Amino acid sequence: MSIFNLSVDANGIAIITWDVPGATMNVMSSAGYEELSIHIETVLTDDSIKGAVITSGKKDFAGGMDLNELGAMKANAGKENPASTIFQSVMNGHQILRRIERAGMDKKTNEGGKPIVSALPGTAAGIGIELALSTHRVFVSDRKGAKYGLPESLVGIFPGGGGTVRMLFRVGLVNAMQLLSQGKMLDAQKALNAGYVDEVVPHEELLTRAKQWILTASNEDIVKPWDKKGFKLPGGGAYHPAGMMNFLGSTAIVHHSTKGVYQNQSALLSVMYESSMVDFDTAIEIEARWFTKVLLNPSSEAMIRSLFLNKQALEKGANRPKEIPDMSVKKLGILGAGLMGAGIAQVSAKAGIEVVLLDRDQESAEKGKAYSANILDKAIAKGRSTSSKKEALLALIKPTANYEDLSGCDLIVEAVFEDKGVKAEATKQAEAQMTTDAVFASNTSTLPISELARASKNAERFIGIHFFSPVERMALVEIIKGEKTGDHAVAKALDFVRQIGKTPIVVNDARYFYANRCIIPYANEGVKMLKEGVNPHLIENAAKQLGMPLGPLQLNDETAIDLAYRIMTATKADLGDEYEPTGTEEVVEFLYNAGRFGKKTKAGFYEYDSNGKRQQIWKGLNKQFPLLEVQPSFEEIKDRLALSQSFEAVRALEEGVLEDIREGDVGAILGWGFMPWSGGPFGYLDIVGADNAVAKGNDLAIKYGKQFKPPKKLLEHSQLGTTFY
Amino acid sequence: MTRDVFIYDAIRSPRGKGRKDGKLHQTSALHLSSEMLNALIERNAFEVTEIEDVIWGNVTQVGEQGACLARSAVLNSNLAESTPGLSINRFCASGLEAMNLGAAQIQGGVGEAYICGGVEMMGRVPMGSDGGAIAVDPSVAHKAYFVPQGISADIIATEYGFTREECDRYSAESQKRAFEAWQDNRFNKSVVPVKDINGLTILDRDEYIRPETTFESLQSLNPAFKKQGESVPGFDHVALLKYPHLPAIEHVHHAGNSSGIVDGAAAILVGSREFGERNNLKPRARIRAMAKIGSDPTINLTGPVPVTEKILAQAGLSIDDIDLFEVNEAFASVVLRFMQAFNVEHDKVNVNGGAIAMGHPLGATGAMLISTLLDELERSDKKLGLATLCVAAGMGSATILELV
Repeated sequence: MSIFNLSVDANGIAIITWDVPGATMNVMSSAGYEELSIHIETVLTDDSIKGAVITSGKKDFAGGMDLNELGAMKANAGKENPASTIFQSVMNGHQILRRIERAGMDKKTNEGGKPIVSALPGTAAGIGIELALSTHRVFVSDRKGAKYGLPESLVGIFPGGGGTVRMLFRVGLVNAMQLLSQGKMLDAQKALNAGYVDEVVPHEELLTRAKQWILTASNEDIVKPWDKKGFKLPGGGAYHPAGMMNFLGSTAIVHHSTKGVYQNQSALLSVMYESSMVDFDTAIEIEARWFTKVLLNPSSEAMIRSLFLNKQALEKGANRPKEIPDMSVKKLGILGAGLMGAGIAQVSAKAGIEVVLLDRDQESAEKGKAYSANILDKAIAKGRSTSSKKEALLALIKPTANYEDLSGCDLIVEAVFEDKGVKAEATKQAEAQMTTDAVFASNTSTLPISELARASKNAERFIGIHFFSPVERMALVEIIKGEKTGDHAVAKALDFVRQIGKTPIVVNDARYFYANRCIIPYANEGVKMLKEGVNPHLIENAAKQLGMPLGPLQLNDETAIDLAYRIMTATKADLGDEYEPTGTEEVVEFLYNAGRFGKKTKAGFYEYDSNGKRQQIWKGLNKQFPLLEVQPSFEEIKDRLALSQSFEAVRALEEGVLEDIREGDVGAILGWGFMPWSGGPFGYLDIVGADNAVAKGNDLAIKYGKQFKPPKKLLEHSQLGTTFY
Repeated sequence: MTRDVFIYDAIRSPRGKGRKDGKLHQTSALHLSSEMLNALIERNAFEVTEIEDVIWGNVTQVGEQGACLARSAVLNSNLAESTPGLSINRFCASGLEAMNLGAAQIQGGVGEAYICGGVEMMGRVPMGSDGGAIAVDPSVAHKAYFVPQGISADIIATEYGFTREECDRYSAESQKRAFEAWQDNRFNKSVVPVKDINGLTILDRDEYIRPETTFESLQSLNPAFKKQGESVPGFDHVALLKYPHLPAIEHVHHAGNSSGIVDGAAAILVGSREFGERNNLKPRARIRAMAKIGSDPTINLTGPVPVTEKILAQAGLSIDDIDLFEVNEAFASVVLRFMQAFNVEHDKVNVNGGAIAMGHPLGATGAMLISTLLDELERSDKKLGLATLCVAAGMGSATILELV
């Protein structure tokens, strides 16, 4: 079986077809590189061959590097001198692409080369584009839906197959940074405008046009600008007067936009900076050195693992009961057309699922459907959808107040008011319409699934499917197994989540499940520090410099302080003497009594302008909770915020709420934005090191309470010198 | 025992506006430099072969200021070709550092006499045109949390609580003092008119001063660093990564409370006691102590505080022992911070105005502070003076003079 196939047509044009056996999408591996290299040698040395087209035997061109291989590169590089092994391997890739680019040309005269072009029938990402950029002309099909680009930055690395340097040399610093730092994937026309595609051609003419070009290409046509005398970097190099301003600005922007925690982004810019002052061959060596450094950094390993490999594994059903056949949802019932119900309806209809959206009265149900219309109107205005798509989607949603309309639904998701009585009533009424093999799910975020299941006729077919708000934007779905929940229900929930294109984690039933359980200690820790007299700016900035999307005080404002107050009062009432103070009570009461409920009242920990835009932290806080004269160190504040969440994740594992640390990590990043650079709480603790984390925890526990007492599994790792992964 | 080092003379050019319509815009860095060297020879009539070296401060060492301008200046002057020439760059303190380097070598027995000073033609060789990794290479820029100096000056104001009003009041006073000092001929001893190739005078007074400046007129100016700080490329966000306890950076500095961009040069003749005796020169001051430090490169311009602490400790003096201070007016907040840190009254600091009023020719300013300090110590019959400058990238330099 071969990855690249070579054939030669009657005109002497070689077709190198990339077609990884047994896969729907091509990815590059070391074996692939080897085969490609052999074919290139044949093309360049066989006199009867005039040139070559590199194309794909699949619908798309390539998805990128084999990230399994890339992720394992560090582990496989040995302990002796891993940098040397990785660097050599990266340079080997460079040499193959450079061989294509130079195509046998004489170094001085630039003559005697053979034209080699790429013909991309569809999506090309990462090495797919890097390979194309090394060819003499990039032809791209006009097929709709295909995307082209270099998304490496999103998984903690940067284009290290020559893509950084070739993009810089083609389009200059500003354009290259815009594309690469955000990992943008563009459609064919936009990629052409952005300058990394040469021609967009009708799909059926792709190969013909590529071959035509080869037959007419001159010596001059196949020499890259950077291999010609007098090449000037577009926009100027780092010390060109105009270039310097761009490099100065980019340096600052990368620094503050990544808060200094995404080393791959700084490395990307360093490659551009250093490359801007040298010739191409020197530049790709520089690129290889930085790429090696990034691959050796634990952050890139952790990001590839959680944001790509494990996320994909979970989406493909890594933890789905295997013996159960496909249980894709055909007709979905949603109880409650509020914000959550309406959102679930939208994402389900978008996936082509027929939806019955039920609420107390027709008007409320219609309002829930209008939520979808509104989202689509916005998408149409931005050119991201069409009115026919909108109509098709809306046609799938049936708003109703009549439980009988639920007949035929194979899954029902309940999203009514968070009250056991209300939910029990809704469950009974819905189950009256359900067939015995249908599954009932609750979208509760606070109530135990096992308790809610008591209202069900069939607890085995009762499950929690916990969406996050706003549903259409949040990628994570938490699936909660109650005590009696059976495998069918789990398979059903997982198949549903796969249908709507979200990422699932499966957890066991315990107070707040997994995500909320971990985010609460984080939000509380910030409030506690404020009460102690820590400068609130230090608290919020520490969170951001850790790489958290929201500081704990801002998070409290978003989730609403009156809600926190009500939960607090209810819990106190529930537990009576057994209530354990969280340490946040005084602050929550103070804000509640001041009517500062957070973002929704345009007043909370922060001040807001009349449009609800967040402004400065409210100065009244420090009048009530005076600043400590000596502030704690910034590092300690960061540790409190990071470890409060991470330790809770470990406890969730110990208690069996989590069954798989992969779910704990992927769920943390997608669910509450846990420092993506670290790969999740377990990845974070591995990077910090168990010994170090235990020492920090012990110290913090003495000063600030038992939430920092190192959990048992962490202590074990520290004693045994082991890691979570 | 190290040898005593004396200042025999200290001169400067008037400062021209650093732009096309500035009077010195027609003058080359070379011409202005060798004019300074020749003026020292003319005023002091020493044996030129006794000059061990010319150490010349200069920040933007490209184009006409490149390729060791010091050596070109020596060759273009009436000095002997046996004197070599050394261009140095410690940013804004280059002129002072040049003197300290020369003095330290005399102390250590390397040579008897040096001419030290510097030049900067800011209107002809733009600031920053020599590049610089610290601003542009992400490796160091991220590690050092680089922000431009204007942002740094605004961080000082925010961190230490100096309002726009205080900065403007300070700057209006600088203008008033500089104007009155000129009216009173207080710079006569050191200012050497710049002449052309035919001996015709081009400029004989500081050109940048605006006597009409008032606190009210300064209040109307727009902050200069707000845009680069808050929007593109957002240096405030970088500053706040380093200073996370601050809510935001207050942008208080503008063209009127920051130092002026000017052209100018200055030179100092330093030597051993024996050098003076051999050449019948009377020493004017003894160099009592010298110091330099490195400090946080982000807030950047607070160096005068730690370097003053260091030099006082080294000299066994307290802040109250110093009669007069020259603290370079790079930005108003730099001097305000100095006075705040040491609880020094403004009537001892920059008594004849400073760079906010007269301009700051980067490579020359350090040497200019020495001539200004020396003249004023003599005029007001005082003994001990301290000159200090903040230095880009988080450094500071200082020298203490003692009249003899």
